[in-house]
Amino acid sequence: MSYARALRCRKCGQEYPIQPINLCDFCLSPLEVIYDYKAMAKGLSREQLARGPLSMWRYRDMLPVEGKEVDIGTGFTPLVKADNLGRELGLSRLYIKNDCLNPTYSFKDRPVSVAVTKAREFGFDAVACASTGNLAASVAAHAAKANMKAYVFVPSSVEKGKLVGAAIYNPVLMTVEGSYDDVNRLCAVLAQHYHWGFININLRPYYAEGSKTLGYEVAEQLGWQAPDCVVAPAASGLLFTRIWKGLDEMSMLGLIEPVNTHMYVAQAAGSSPIVNAFQAGAIHVHPVEPDTIAKSIAIGNPADGFYALRVARQSGGGACAVTDAEAIAGMRLLAQTEGIFAEAAGGVVIGVLRKLAASGVIKRNELTVAFITGAGPRTQEIMADSVQPFIVQPTLESFEEVLGVLA
Amino acid sequence: MTKRQVMFTFPQELIKEPIIYNLSHQFKVVTNIRRADVSENKGWVVLELEGEDGEIEQGITWVTSKGVRVDPVTGDVVEG
Repeated sequence: MSYARALRCRKCGQEYPIQPINLCDFCLSPLEVIYDYKAMAKGLSREQLARGPLSMWRYRDMLPVEGKEVDIGTGFTPLVKADNLGRELGLSRLYIKNDCLNPTYSFKDRPVSVAVTKAREFGFDAVACASTGNLAASVAAHAAKANMKAYVFVPSSVEKGKLVGAAIYNPVLMTVEGSYDDVNRLCAVLAQHYHWGFININLRPYYAEGSKTLGYEVAEQLGWQAPDCVVAPAASGLLFTRIWKGLDEMSMLGLIEPVNTHMYVAQAAGSSPIVNAFQAGAIHVHPVEPDTIAKSIAIGNPADGFYALRVARQSGGGACAVTDAEAIAGMRLLAQTEGIFAEAAGGVVIGVLRKLAASGVIKRNELTVAFITGAGPRTQEIMADSVQPFIVQPTLESFEEVLGVLA
Repeated sequence: MTKRQVMFTFPQELIKEPIIYNLSHQFKVVTNIRRADVSENKGWVVLELEGEDGEIEQGITWVTSKGVRVDPVTGDVVEG
């Protein structure tokens, strides 16, 4: 049995029983899962958690699930001390949370694992999502594991090659003739018409909770403490808020000391509605039209933008954007210092980290964690110009001639 | 009859126009405002539209043609 008690509106506080809904009937604001933390605290200790499986499911008691989990081996990804990158950036206590190393190569496996588990509990026999890459792959993979049908909707402008990572799991893959906005609208309508578990619509409150495990893991891997600074990407803003919630809950449950982590939002300049709002001192996030190579974080109207903004402000953190060129430079730097090939969103994180360190916002001795949430190979075409091999004939002379040029 | 929850975002030049009033008069759509924030230079309104699918679609097309951005209230559904 889980400690999840109800769903609660994040704006007006109205409560609802645990069910597949995502909006408050009254104010149409998002709902979130609330827990009986008192009871949860009694059953939890560092020792008990540390004995759990080496996956996100070691934190099962802190997640809103009742039945057997749909697990494809997600989580407990490496937290790497990044000394080389730290030297480059002037940070002596820098860590990379490498969440590329999940089964479908992105952090999405965490929220999707919880969402598909709940979908099965609620009695759905199909799950659905709209995605251009990472989410599609994760949903299709989890549906395969759960023996459920998966419907994946993709704007027709997305190249076929990008969909291999989802298609391999054999979902019902539908490309929609229209813009991203058309797909958004279609999915909102479909979610009302069909009895599906729509991952980021009616299952969103549960989907969200899976990302908390990133916060839990980092705290545990740092020896049961929260970092001083976090730099994480924001698309819908959900991940960003849930890393914070994960740290906050750990402290509330007495597993770590009170949290004083400064949370920094990283966005691509071509899609930075949250950064814009932060810098303008605005309360609300106004939508933008995304234009960036960092497709996995190109969301113009972020569902949780308001809350991500609030976390950045309340934690004494900030928000910063970098250009596509800076993101590419960030990808190279991370690969060439730490051996981690991140997707463009990871390049954005490193680009932002570099700026924050250079400007002294993040200080040398602060314990800093940068979150790399997706792997590079799925979108490797953006780095194609980095392939510039030396051409040699199959003879020793030719080789030494080229080597001579090198030397 | 269906219900559709949407967010309208108004640019500055449309703040003074009674778009929502006109929407419910030109189309058979009942508008029900739940949340809003309108200032002198920008504004958004979260509302529920109720009517036949076709009327709602035509209404949204008209609102969009006036220069208002219309999004699902859930925010963007398409993720990376």
